[in-house]
Amino acid sequence: MEVARYWRTTQQRYRMEGEICPTCSGKIFPPRDVCPHCQHEAKTPFTFSGRGEIFSYSTIHNAPQGFEKFAPYTVALVRLTEGPLVTAQLTDVDEHDVYIGMPVEMVTRVLREDGERGLLVYGFKFRPAFGVSGSSSQAVAVDVRAPEHAQHEVMIAR
Amino acid sequence: MAKFMQPNRPVGIVGYGAYVPRYRLVSQEVSELWTDGNAVSPVREKSVPGLDEDVATMSIEAARNAMRRAVRSSARDESSLAANLGAVWVGSESHPYAVKPTSTIVAEAIGATPYTQAADWQFACKAGTEAMQAAIGFVGSGMTEYALAVGMDAAQGRPGDALEYTAGAGGAAYLLGPAEEALAVIDGSISFVSDTPDFWRRQYEKYPEHAGRFTGEPAYFHHISSATVGLLEAMQLKPADFAFAVFHQPNLKFPLSAGQQLGFHKDQLWPGILVNDIGNTYAGSSMIGLTAVLDQARPGDRILLTSFGSGAGSDSFCLTVTERVVEARKDPNVMTTADYVRRRTQIDYAQYTRLKGNYRLN
Ligand SMILES: [Zn+2]
Repeated sequence: MEVARYWRTTQQRYRMEGEICPTCSGKIFPPRDVCPHCQHEAKTPFTFSGRGEIFSYSTIHNAPQGFEKFAPYTVALVRLTEGPLVTAQLTDVDEHDVYIGMPVEMVTRVLREDGERGLLVYGFKFRPAFGVSGSSSQAVAVDVRAPEHAQHEVMIAR
Repeated sequence: MAKFMQPNRPVGIVGYGAYVPRYRLVSQEVSELWTDGNAVSPVREKSVPGLDEDVATMSIEAARNAMRRAVRSSARDESSLAANLGAVWVGSESHPYAVKPTSTIVAEAIGATPYTQAADWQFACKAGTEAMQAAIGFVGSGMTEYALAVGMDAAQGRPGDALEYTAGAGGAAYLLGPAEEALAVIDGSISFVSDTPDFWRRQYEKYPEHAGRFTGEPAYFHHISSATVGLLEAMQLKPADFAFAVFHQPNLKFPLSAGQQLGFHKDQLWPGILVNDIGNTYAGSSMIGLTAVLDQARPGDRILLTSFGSGAGSDSFCLTVTERVVEARKDPNVMTTADYVRRRTQIDYAQYTRLKGNYRLN
């Protein structure tokens, strides 16, 4: 892993910091210093709200190196409220609950780790927006009765 | 004589936020696996972090919730709050790195870098309230406008050990600032510590060791009651003067009996007790109990908070809720403590083992 490359993109990965165009007010993500709408220079930082909806998605079963432990996981194209389309992993959601148009919100999570001794890479992912079906999953009633033959209580004061 | 603490300029909580991961392991699963169901768990279930979660990511979400509530409470925008944030402090015993601060990751994610203090705190389960005490001093002395104190853990218990039943994940973040902008004012606090060897984890060891039942009377109860009694005496208050009291909660029984021994009624204790639903969140435990209480407290309510950390010590705080709490709770995008508790996906022991990283892929 190239540490410098990750370090340079910290702001955009951790908190979706992109840019806003001073000429046409277009919102730009990821930042590229030139407005894709009017081709003028655009270097003013702009932090995105992290809200949007799913434009398209696909579930990965054979994950590339560094992502094996997360498989299967779903990757989506997310249309941000401010306009840009971004690719990101979905989290806190079951594959079969995902649908096109699903409102999502950005969270910062572990993207990958460089082995047991290497760096942890953090960045944005999306999850179903709070209140959206699929975000809270099942409220299962749990049978918590202790069996009758239970003999001792586990009690440590931490 | 108890050393009662109060800052030179009044300080309060301007924003607060909780976080609990979505997965739950019912403790009966642990009992069935290791004791054929013979052991009765001290909690019903506990929260388990997802594969992509750790103390840094959980602290970031709690901190964002605190910042959003602070926007409402202070009537300042988020970038102005972040620009005037002079300390980002994270208390935990499960920081993702042995060397490399969690706090700089959190500070970067909430836009508080580069001109801020950042540090990781460590004192078993009271690392978070320790950071809160220091934050009160940092703001109260006028060194900075705002300071963020987080208590968060993704606790580890050795498979089959008593701790495995309760070791949960979650915590809370508090933005401390001037009392004029606060949703709850800090009236005063006390810290009480002694060298008590009830629980420890040596360098390079994955799981902690504990002194079994010794963790109760000389450790938990002695420190919690000494700190609380010291604070009540210094402030000339009695349990009936409080609407709520929150204690560190390693299991369901301890905070209830500690509270009742001190003279608090169950009704003052229940709203802040989450351990039965999310397990013991260590440095997050008493702090997330307080977010649950702030979610429902009314202006004028007085709240007592007493933490406990092994090794050992307690921090005790007296707070009074202000009318700003009503506005602070209005952001519909900020999940309440109850929202996090309800967001629940039950897993079995095999899935739990995978999430804890106990299966090796290579
Ligand atoms: Zn433009």
